[in-house]
Amino acid sequence: MRHAAKTHASAPARPRGSRLRTNGLGPLGAAIRVVLLLLLAVFFGLPLLWLLLAPTKTNTQLTDWMPLAFGSFARVGEAWKNLTDFSDGVVLRWGLNSIFYTFGSLLLGLAVTLPAGYGLATLRFAGRRTLIWLTLITMIIPSSALVLPLFLELSYVRLANTPWSVILPAAFFPFGVYLAYIYYATSLPNDLLAAARIDGCNEWQLFTNIGLPLSRALLGLLTFVSFTANWNNYFLPYVMLNNSRLFNLPVGLQVLMTGTSALRPTFATDLPIRRAEVALAGLLLVVPVALVFLYSQRFVVSGALTGATKE
Amino acid sequence: MVKTVAAARPRARGRARIQAGHLFVLPYALLLLAFGIGPGIYAFCLSFATFAEGRPQFFQAGLANYVTAYTDFRFAGVFRNVALFLLISLPVGVIGVVVIALLLHMREGSFGTAMRTIYFLPGAVAGPTAVLLAIFVFDPNISPFQSLLQAMGYEVVSDVIRPRSLPLLFTLLGFFAGAGGWIAIFYGALNSISQEVLEAATMDGCNAWQSAWFIKLPLIRPYVAYMLILTFAGNVQLFAEPQLIAAAGAAPIPQPWSPNQLGYEFAFGLGNFGASAAISLLMLLIGLAGALLVLRATTIFRVDAAEA
Repeated sequence: MRHAAKTHASAPARPRGSRLRTNGLGPLGAAIRVVLLLLLAVFFGLPLLWLLLAPTKTNTQLTDWMPLAFGSFARVGEAWKNLTDFSDGVVLRWGLNSIFYTFGSLLLGLAVTLPAGYGLATLRFAGRRTLIWLTLITMIIPSSALVLPLFLELSYVRLANTPWSVILPAAFFPFGVYLAYIYYATSLPNDLLAAARIDGCNEWQLFTNIGLPLSRALLGLLTFVSFTANWNNYFLPYVMLNNSRLFNLPVGLQVLMTGTSALRPTFATDLPIRRAEVALAGLLLVVPVALVFLYSQRFVVSGALTGATKE
Repeated sequence: MVKTVAAARPRARGRARIQAGHLFVLPYALLLLAFGIGPGIYAFCLSFATFAEGRPQFFQAGLANYVTAYTDFRFAGVFRNVALFLLISLPVGVIGVVVIALLLHMREGSFGTAMRTIYFLPGAVAGPTAVLLAIFVFDPNISPFQSLLQAMGYEVVSDVIRPRSLPLLFTLLGFFAGAGGWIAIFYGALNSISQEVLEAATMDGCNAWQSAWFIKLPLIRPYVAYMLILTFAGNVQLFAEPQLIAAAGAAPIPQPWSPNQLGYEFAFGLGNFGASAAISLLMLLIGLAGALLVLRATTIFRVDAAEA
């Protein structure tokens, strides 16, 4: 981890004159490259920009105006009011649930993950290799493959339809254990640990006095991965939760999409949940993650996040 | 058991360290057992169970649940659907990501960085939000790509979202939300290619395109294999997109469309948990096969980081 960050940091420090990669591109090649990359920027960027502008317009303005026209901020306030009035303010409740589940899984996950990664990296014990293999396997299997079996299991022990059925499975964070394991194995000075052991530190003291204080970069990385995965967690709570007061925002957004006529323009109802309101609810989910992304993109480029994009 | 004091000390210390290691990993091992391995084992048991009085009677059903699930009239259809989806999404995804990463990597600078950030941001869009955005973007009346859709002769959203076009639409949706993360990973891999190798190629007369094709691409091949396997394993599990597009009523599409939807339908629509377990076990085995393939065929993950 640390050396990966270092190689990344050293990249911009290369002298400006030696831009060897650019050699042999030629003016035509450079132009083709720029045009292609700009077209791609339209593909990736335009839908997000549209979503950001959608709550500023009324339903009629959305169809009649230019797609990227800006309506008014007053209209955003109106959409916000309609959204929070929906079903006695249940949207705010979903938002609070989302925060509770996300940070519950994050904190519990970190409390379990950091000692496990540390133990795997610095100690030798029976079953260690088996545990590493099981960690690798479970981190690569798509989490959606486990959702139905998890539901069957948790309904057998009568935990389904409780907040725990969402928080506990998401606190199981094998990718985090793998990252912590690699981090501690490559960045902890072994001599320091040995010296502290001779001075009479026990293993737990080593972890809290040496391991944890050196974990800042690791903590940032794990928080980023866990937050983005859990904030958007949909399939698991959708299957586990039955009581709409327990839903998180993604499942709540699904209720807005499927339980109202917002996306069925032919069904006219008095309920003021229309495209703009649903788009605003979608933004509540997208914007926090997008901000975290902007801040943490360097983790991904440093190569530290290999394996983070499993679906 | 212990003969002398002198011999006892190192042994006792060795044993203490073993215990410490176990204590460090114990909470994690419990979670792994409960939420990583347990569900698979339980689904296995359940797939042979019958249900009397609402509680499972384990190993009473023989293969009946498998017969029910795998001979269901929708079984072949849902697998044909995802097979078609994989046939389009795998090549589009892998080739698209590799080409974009190589294009970006040809020249350093703020333009490339800005583009990379724009490609990366849609990764924040997932699950229901992605479907919501898709319903908007595929609607010729409001889409930001309105003029393009109208030029292609589409008038309403159900012209675009049709059963036959679903594999392509899910591919576009997956690429929109997922490509940026992969591009960043490939870009990181390209950055780790040694500068000397690229300099040598340039001196030997490689232009930018040739060095991308002959030097960089072969060096990032392990990542291509890794992405292929993970994308395959992930895309097979498709659930939210067909489920939500149908439920939102934006366009009529046949249900269930994907295997996971069929498993869900068995559990929640028909109350047949045994057949649901038989299907989800099959999906789990596909995921497991993908995981073992990644660990066996690529060198991306290390088991022995500490020894290295």
